[in-house]
Amino acid sequence: MVEVNFIDHAGEQNKVSAKVGMTLMEVAVQNRVPGIDAECGGACACATCHVYVDPQWQEKVGPAERMEEDMLDFAFDVRPNSRLSCQIKITEALDGLVVTTPERQS
Amino acid sequence: MQNEQTLIETDALIIGAGPVGLFAVFELGLLDIKAHLIDILPKIGGQCAELYPEKPIYDIPGFPIISGQELVDNLLKQIEPFHPTFHLGEMVTQLSAEGEGEARRFRVKTDNDRHFLAKCVLIAAGGGSFLPKKPPIPNIDSYEDKSVFYAVRQREAFRGHDVLIVGGGDSALDWAINLQPIAQSVTLMHRRDEFRAAPHSVAKMRELVAEGAMKLVFGQVTGLEGSDGQLQSVQCKALDQSTFTLPCDRLLPFFGLTMKLGPIAEWGLNLHENLIPVDTEKFETSVPGIFAIGDINTYPGKLKLILSGFHEAALAAQKAHRYIYPEKRLLFQYTTSSTNLQKKLGVAG
Repeated sequence: MVEVNFIDHAGEQNKVSAKVGMTLMEVAVQNRVPGIDAECGGACACATCHVYVDPQWQEKVGPAERMEEDMLDFAFDVRPNSRLSCQIKITEALDGLVVTTPERQS
Repeated sequence: MQNEQTLIETDALIIGAGPVGLFAVFELGLLDIKAHLIDILPKIGGQCAELYPEKPIYDIPGFPIISGQELVDNLLKQIEPFHPTFHLGEMVTQLSAEGEGEARRFRVKTDNDRHFLAKCVLIAAGGGSFLPKKPPIPNIDSYEDKSVFYAVRQREAFRGHDVLIVGGGDSALDWAINLQPIAQSVTLMHRRDEFRAAPHSVAKMRELVAEGAMKLVFGQVTGLEGSDGQLQSVQCKALDQSTFTLPCDRLLPFFGLTMKLGPIAEWGLNLHENLIPVDTEKFETSVPGIFAIGDINTYPGKLKLILSGFHEAALAAQKAHRYIYPEKRLLFQYTTSSTNLQKKLGVAG
């Protein structure tokens, strides 16, 4: 188990534990983290699980792949540290990960 | 679009042409119930076709692996003998009941001004209506349908205007290329220098930009400026997070589709958290004669699986038969052995 901190757009922290191997989106949905809609259920087909990866964690999380970049076109207020949480796999190295959820998903 | 003013009368009207709506045609068809289907998408298949046509599904019984589009194609083949009529690209806006007993009918109207009179209605609307995603720009509502549009209904309406199109997919590029000859100016804005649109559209767009016939800028819209719904300019954020202003009097944001419950909430049905409660014997709603099947319904133990929707369609069809043929006794038959059913399927020896 690792710990992940979802911070909402207003600054509210939501620390939850996550199983290695799950996606960040699944962790959010399982813990009912507000601000993650995940309409399509993890198919990388809707861009409603958009998060901003904390700059300190960007390198460890890595960049979005091509299909994810295409899907990010449908998200709003996309920034250089934008990712879709359904495409981030939890690993031991991500213990302590901090992400921010956008004001709106759609 | 011009519609025949005639009223379309049908046994069953199915709202939603996703996998569950399609399979309902089959189950109703075996019971001699004719169906019309309406879907807001311009294509058949619902989420399977719109969200994940190429993604494999692993939990359809009898198919270890099948893609969303393959499933839709197979269902279409399966329901072919029943000749369903599809009305695509239309949203049901009104649904109301009239009459009692055998004279009971459901009056249905779409946003394309098409009218139906049905003996029963099956709502197979999945996650609701696919509607354009609206960018979260402050006050955008007050500009909508005046100077901000999420679709082009009439190309001519853009003649002589300074049009800003936002997006990087086919809709954005197709309309940028299409409106360029008649608009005063066309600017295409996208968040990166890579486009999902068809390669030939991208090439054409780059050609027009190189000729100076179209502008291409990178960034995102953050604010609108104007008055009385009339846009004058937009505030934008560039990739380096710097801000700039872009004059334009028409804005077309193309950010794909999202699912919303839509007008279903206004049809007088009991709802629970944007879902339609049904019984688990007939999958009927709080209004007799209106059924809800697939992801749109809810009941104790509900699983949002395609296979659950198939089961629900079969049971709803049994009850629908009682409404449409009240005098007929329904004999339960198997497609493997019933000559009667095989005749309907066009496979009788």
